[in-house]
Amino acid sequence: MTFFKKLTESLGKTRKQFTEEVHKLGGEEEKIDEEYIERIEELMIEADFGINVTEKMVEGLSKNKDIKTTKDAELFLREKTYSILKTVEKPLALREKPFVIMMVGTNGGGKTTTIAKLSSLFTERGKTVLLGACDTFRAAAIQQLEEWAKRVNIPVIRQKEGSDPSAVAYDAVSSANARNIDVIILDTAGRMHTKKNLMEEMKKMKRVVKKVIPSAPQEILLTLDATTGQNAISQAKEFNKALGITGIVLTKMDGTSKGGIIVAIASELHIPVKYIGIGQELEDIKGFDARQFTDALFAI
Amino acid sequence: MFSNLSDRINNTIRKVRGRGRLTAQELDGVLREIKLSLLEADVHYKVTKSFVNKIREKAIGKEIEKSLSPGEVISSIVYEEMVHILGEKNEALNFSGNPPFVIMVVGLQGSGKTTTTAKLARFLRTKGRNPILVSCDPYRPAAKQQLSIMAKRVNAAVFENDGSSAVDTAKACLKFAKQAGKDVIILDTAGRLHIEEDLMQELEEIKKITSPKEILFVADAMMGQEAVNIALEFNKRLNLSGVIFTKIDGDARGGAVLSIKSVTGSPIKFIGTGEKVEDIELFHPDRVASRILGMGDMLTLVEKVKQAETKDTDIIKKLKTRQFTLDDFLEQIRKVKKMGSLAGTLKLIPGLSKIRLGNMEEMDKETKSIEAVILSMTKEERKNFRIINASRKRRIAKGSGTRVPDVNRLLKQFNELSHMMKGLNKRKAMQMMQNLGSYPKMF
Repeated sequence: MTFFKKLTESLGKTRKQFTEEVHKLGGEEEKIDEEYIERIEELMIEADFGINVTEKMVEGLSKNKDIKTTKDAELFLREKTYSILKTVEKPLALREKPFVIMMVGTNGGGKTTTIAKLSSLFTERGKTVLLGACDTFRAAAIQQLEEWAKRVNIPVIRQKEGSDPSAVAYDAVSSANARNIDVIILDTAGRMHTKKNLMEEMKKMKRVVKKVIPSAPQEILLTLDATTGQNAISQAKEFNKALGITGIVLTKMDGTSKGGIIVAIASELHIPVKYIGIGQELEDIKGFDARQFTDALFAI
Repeated sequence: MFSNLSDRINNTIRKVRGRGRLTAQELDGVLREIKLSLLEADVHYKVTKSFVNKIREKAIGKEIEKSLSPGEVISSIVYEEMVHILGEKNEALNFSGNPPFVIMVVGLQGSGKTTTTAKLARFLRTKGRNPILVSCDPYRPAAKQQLSIMAKRVNAAVFENDGSSAVDTAKACLKFAKQAGKDVIILDTAGRLHIEEDLMQELEEIKKITSPKEILFVADAMMGQEAVNIALEFNKRLNLSGVIFTKIDGDARGGAVLSIKSVTGSPIKFIGTGEKVEDIELFHPDRVASRILGMGDMLTLVEKVKQAETKDTDIIKKLKTRQFTLDDFLEQIRKVKKMGSLAGTLKLIPGLSKIRLGNMEEMDKETKSIEAVILSMTKEERKNFRIINASRKRRIAKGSGTRVPDVNRLLKQFNELSHMMKGLNKRKAMQMMQNLGSYPKMF
């Protein structure tokens, strides 16, 4: 299945709601009225755009004198969404060697799976990849990463469960340096962004990596579960405050969640979106494309 | 959790609290604010709509326009309605009939099923049950190892059946549990999307074979609007007996928690409150509603105190009658520590949930160093801190691994505290707590 088809399909429900339902409200060329606006508001809320973005967009819609029909309105919302998303479309480039990526996020967000997908992506491009098993906390997290690494056929640097994650990060980066590896991806333990001590632990990892390679980690990627609601903003804010997030990977877009939260994050925090994850398989990842995402969201 | 929602709803109600009458227009304003705070908290928009309509109906029914204390009336209506949508009362796990009882744990990827399975096992062991755990997840790498490790931590048996399908594993475990005399089997199933037909069928098949007493849907409390659709689909396929919300320890506003019961009809049975295996609580709708409305949760606090085997809860009374010593102080700190984190405990006290408590985690750390400092004092010093001179301070600092300024700070604050304790009344106590926020190094 082509990626676009998969994305469009996974966003199918949203598409139905945004176009079919909106059209149903009164045909394509109907005049817009209050009822229509209210329904639009609900559709956007339901897609997790969040109350702020929704109100702003709907206000813009109501104020704009040129918007007379439902078709105008749909076009307006789509272009508005696109212009927000366009500002965060900044693809990841492996601009240095070795290139260190630190993967962070809350528990169960899909860090380890995303790392496997990225490794496979980079390996296919002819890069050598090494993983650092810095989630020394969760039971069997190291085994999980090793299992994936075996499938992609790349090395993992690990210590035993319960060891200092910063020490593992140091080992991984040093070892990659010595082995002339292109990309190092560090898996970290999932943590709630409200746990100060655990956030400090990550800051230490970053400092330790810098001791080996001053310009690293070149990317600190935050995995965000697309199923998450408005709390995703809080997650992005806190991780960003602690570490300076360079990008977001929006995971689990193969579900029925609309991922509208990414529009809210883009408009409020301006953190680039690098990839989206759309399945369980190694190839189910793709660079974020604002136009594609918007089109799939609203359907053409 | 809920703190942001709680703040916003309370601010809205507070605005009209001191007020005499409320006009119809003002009521609309309040209701709109409540609506926005619920939507902002990810409460499903349909649930929000009907919630606000109910509040309006009841408010009009109670003739709020004539009421002289509209704030209180609205507050009590919101509380009632919140308890209602959260499910009225806690529903216990169903252990009727003959063992072994099967509990099936289901949910999306990454919602916390495996951790919850271990927590449940531990919970049931404290209730005298003898559970066996089994991983029916042949898909996710290292899923089985994860469950085995977690099972060891909670001292529960685990059934392993490498290389088999999920259905075969469940079947084999059932047979084994009967022979081994286990009374509860917890099936940890693989994470899946509710739209993956083959995987949903797999769950139906496991259900058919094992006839579970409980099918618990594990849901991430941070979920957005889609939460209800996902839960509805799982419910349609499996007829869920309950829901467990996880990751409640973050700052999610918990809209999914407020939405799911009224949409699916499945009661919320437990909440997961942290990463440790003991971090699971029974879900009590009334208490949670109290917490949301900033009314505190005295019942949970009282239970926690009981759990810590603390009989003496009325420290203020005791302190009024005699001198407050460093030993008393230490004792109090230890009691609080036994009840769990300071942060978690203080939030349960009515009124305190509204106060900014500063960085509580740091405070928890501080309590440790206070303990060390006090323990490095002689008995006499603890009774009368005024005899602690410079050389004693140096000794204490050395003994506790702190520095002299730390000892000084503790003594100074203890002095202030003991003064305050003498004439302690409610307002001052509140003030004291408020000061903690602006003075994070206080304890």
